Formats: sequence, C-alpha cells, structure tokens
Amino acid sequence: MAENFEQHSDISAADLARLSQEAQAEATPSTAKIIWSEFKADRPAMVALFIIVGFIAFVMVGALFINTPKMMETNIMAYFNQPFTPEFWLGADSGGRSVAKQLIVGSRNSIGIAIGLTIVSSTFGICWGLISGYFNGYIDWGMQRVYDFMMMLPMTMMIIVLVTIIPHYNSVTLTFIFSIFYWEGTSRLIRSRTLAESEKDYVAASRTSGTSHWKIIFREIMPNISSLIIVDCTLSFAENIGVETGLSYLGFGLPSQTPSLGTMISNANDPNNITQYWWTWLPAALEIIILCLAISYVGQVLRRAADASQRQGAAD
Amino acid sequence: MWKTILRRFLIMIPEVIILSLLVFLLAKAMPGDPFTGSINPKADPQQIKHLMRINGLYDPWYQQYWNWVVHLFHGNLGNSYQYQEPVTRLIEGRAGNTLWLALFTMILTYIFALPMGVFAGRHEGKLPDTIIRVYTYVTYCIPFFVILVIGIWIFGYVLGWFPTTGSISSDATGWLHTVGSRFYHILLPGLLGALFGTVNIVQYLRSEVIDAKHSDYVRTARSKGVPNRDIYLHHIFRNSLLPIAAFAGYSITGLLNGSIFTETVFSYPGMGLLFVNSISYRDYTVITALVLIYGILNLLGTLLSDIILSIVDPRIRIE
Repeated sequence: MAENFEQHSDISAADLARLSQEAQAEATPSTAKIIWSEFKADRPAMVALFIIVGFIAFVMVGALFINTPKMMETNIMAYFNQPFTPEFWLGADSGGRSVAKQLIVGSRNSIGIAIGLTIVSSTFGICWGLISGYFNGYIDWGMQRVYDFMMMLPMTMMIIVLVTIIPHYNSVTLTFIFSIFYWEGTSRLIRSRTLAESEKDYVAASRTSGTSHWKIIFREIMPNISSLIIVDCTLSFAENIGVETGLSYLGFGLPSQTPSLGTMISNANDPNNITQYWWTWLPAALEIIILCLAISYVGQVLRRAADASQRQGAAD
Repeated sequence: MWKTILRRFLIMIPEVIILSLLVFLLAKAMPGDPFTGSINPKADPQQIKHLMRINGLYDPWYQQYWNWVVHLFHGNLGNSYQYQEPVTRLIEGRAGNTLWLALFTMILTYIFALPMGVFAGRHEGKLPDTIIRVYTYVTYCIPFFVILVIGIWIFGYVLGWFPTTGSISSDATGWLHTVGSRFYHILLPGLLGALFGTVNIVQYLRSEVIDAKHSDYVRTARSKGVPNRDIYLHHIFRNSLLPIAAFAGYSITGLLNGSIFTETVFSYPGMGLLFVNSISYRDYTVITALVLIYGILNLLGTLLSDIILSIVDPRIRIE
C-alpha cells in the first residue's frame, strides 16, 4: 500500500513507516498488552500465573492417563501405605487407593466444576447486572428485589436440599445448582458500574441516534466494562473452588466414588486419619490453599491493570 | 428516615411469604410423607390412605400450604422421624449452642478487626497498612472449611490444646465448671472464625478512617492541639463506630451460614450439625424447619443492619 501511496504524495515510504510507527506508539495499548506488561513488572504474579496455568494443564492432561474406576478399586494390600514410596508417592488411603492419583483426578474434577460454575454464574450475573443497571427504573427495582431475596436464602442449605431432592445428578447438574446461588456478587458489581456508565454521553448519543437497547448494552457498554468483568471472573473462580470443595467435603457435592479435593479433605473427619494418616487429606488441603491464593493474586494484578492509576508495568 | 424503615419492613413481607412458599414446596418435593417411620410397616395400606385423607394430604396444594402456615403460627413444626420428638423442642436444644458460638465469634472478630482497621487507616499506604491488607486478603481467599480442618488438626490433635468434639465435657459439674467447659469448647472455632473473618470490617473501617482524616472536624481538633492518639480514639473512631456496629447483622448472617461447616468439623451439637445429620437420615421435617429458621434469621440480620445503617448513614436513605 505504501508504494501505491507514494505515487500520489510527497511523503516517502520511509517517512510513512516512521509516522505510522509513531502513531502506533502513541495509541493506547491494547488491554492484552497492558495486562502482559503488568505481569512482566510483577515477578511473583508471573510465578503465580505459571503455577496456575501449569498446574491446570498438568491435571487436565494427567487425568486422561488415569483409569478412574480402576484407581478407585479397593486394594487391601496397600492399606494406608506410607507416603514417599516408589509405588505410592503420597501414600494410600484406607482403601489402599493412591492419594497422588486421586489428587490429580480430584483436582481435574474440582477445577473443572469451578471453571464451569464461573462461566455459568458470571454470564448470568453479568447479564443481570447490565440489564438491571441500564434500564434503571421499574425493571431495576424488580430485579433488585429478586437479588435481595436471593441474598436472604441460606445458600449452603438450599444447595444441599436441592442436591438431595434431585435423584440423579452429575457434575453438570451440580454446576447448574451451584450457579443458581452464586451470581449475586457479580451482578451487584456489574450493576453499579453499568449505572455509572449508562449516564455517560456516548450512551445518550447512541440512544438518540436510534441504536437498539440490546446493542447499546452488549456492544457498547459491555466492552467498556470488560476489564472489570475479567477481574471479577478471576476472583470468583478462586471463590468457586472453595464452593465445590466445601460441599463435597460435607458429602453433598460430587458423589463419593468421584474423587474431588473436598471428598479427599473429608478423610480428615476420622480422628485416626487426621493424626496418623495425615497424607490422606493434607495434600488436598494445601493444594486448595495454594491454588486459591495464586488465583486471587493474579486477580489482584488484573485489577491493578484495569485501574490506570495503580499500574506498575506501564512505561509512561 | 421512618419512611425508609417502613419501606424496608413492607418489602420484607412478600419475602417471608415467598420464602415460606419455597420451603413448603421443597418439603413437598422431598420423598416420603409425615407418617414415614411412625407407622407400623405391616399397617393396612387402606388405613394409611385414610390417615392421609383425614390429615389433608390429598387436598389441593394451596389448602395444604395454608394448613402448614397455620400450624407454623401455632409453633407446630411436626415431629422428627429420627429423634421421635417435636421439631421445635429438638431445635430449641440446639439453637442456643449455635447462637452462642456465632455471638462469641462475632465479638472476637470485632476485637481483632477494630484496631486493625483504625491502624491501617491511620498509616494509609505505609508498611502497617500493607501488612494488614495482605493479611485480610490472604485470610479472605482461603476457603474457611480448609482453615477449620487444619486448625483442628494443629491445635486440637497435634498440640492437644483444645477439645475436638462436643459443646461441653461429660464430667462438667457445678455452674462455674459448666460455663468454663462450654467456653473452652467454643474457643478454638471462635478464634479461627474471628481471625479469618476480619476482611469486611477492616476494609470498611479503614476507608472510613481515611475519609475522616481529611475532614474538617479532624483538622479543627488537630489545630486545637488535640494529641494525635486522642483524635483517632475519640473523634474518628467514635464517629465510625455506629456504621461498623451495623455490620453485626450481616456478620451474624454470614456466621450462621458458616455454622454448617464449623459445627461439622468440630462435631459441635448446634443447628448446623443437626441439619447435616438430618440430611443423611432424610429427616425432612427437621430440614424444612431449619431452612425456614435460617432464612428468617438471615432476613432479620440484614433488616437490622439495613435499619441501623439507614439511621447513621444518610447516603443510604436517598433511594
């Protein structure tokens, strides 16, 4: 294109290249670039990011090589096998099942549900918040009352009751049951930002020129609060790991034949296990702690990247 | 202000009705009927049908709902199948334990959180503030039940400092000994709950203090020559105390919801443990009653907080 341009103009190709380079340098960097430079400036965040991505990739791939039904078979010869032996890296539980393998499959299940829960509940919460904040009138009032009502419900109890009522459930139904109760936080956050955003001039201009409501909400307002959405999703992902494992710990999450980090920690309910056979539950507990802290830390870095006044990575 | 409070009350009425309806429908959806367990398995099916008819189980659902509500107002929540006693009496025995633990945890939370919040606000952006922020953040991120399990392992089993089950030791005699033993049993769960539940209060108080620091009355006090320590203690802290106290309602709500985990880990005989046990025994009358009670307690907790906040914070009144 530059050659073509040269024929009709006095500007040389070299000048043009320099000018466009300058223009690019002056333009606002893309969100991805800001986030990346923020991570580059913060070493611990980089480490946390690598831990999370590496770990999730490891359990997702590793779980494929483990035959779950075979792993869950009782092997009485390995009853509470000591950890750090060649065959059982992290020992074995009361059924002689390898803790290390259960940990991998359990992490896959728990993280999978947490991801699913984050996607479903955040999508719902974002739509709820956007619509509620944008229409800001009777619709908003009604939606806020539904929100208040949901906040009042004893969540843990309702989930447990629903899980017992539904006769056959699997991880997908479980994700949806959890999602019914975990969209409120996101929706409130998004609503307050949408309220502020929909008073801005570009929304008013768009409305006067006849753009449809849905287009304004999802094509104009939503991209403008996308950084907030990314931050919120990351933070709720960390929280959701606690949701599933907590209920599995109580025995109302994944069925006991499906390993989860929560069911592994519930080994600690036995006074013998908790002291003598610590390896049956402690690795899962530590894993949850490290994972939650790492994810939340990444969330904090993303929050900094989203807020221009707090950035550490930007060169200017 | 009265308008706000009145409106808040009016909104509560449909919420209670919908809650009761929801609980009732959930109870209907559960398998079994109120006679499960109390009838001889050899009983004539015809007779059971007759019993169900005279007890109104074939009535349309709204009629049944109405009967249920009437029973509710008479304090009749049915009989527990597992324990073979009225649900009201069963819960009466457990509610005290749960409420004591929640109250104790809340008081401890305030004891830890108030100084931290003021301190962090006072040294905004400096090292103490950073440390407190990291502390509240880390404690907030870790799922609470993991903390409970690790806490009971370290302090209950390995070090043996605290009891690991029950609400009172079996050989406690005399008034003093009984109270002491009860206190000893709620000490560890209370401490853990308080140390890991400070985030909301600390953050709120911190921002209040930072706001107040730059306000006129503080500047006046400072120019009068009031010592810095007194400004924080008597001027700023006293001003932020009421909104902070209003958090008590929300805080109780959160603690009640957490009681299911706390009581399971510590085998503490409160309502949360009763709920978990009733679920495993499919004791539906108890489950229904507990969901209803927790829902209403949540409602009252938020109501209390909302009203106090609307009294002390005029910004909330403008809606």
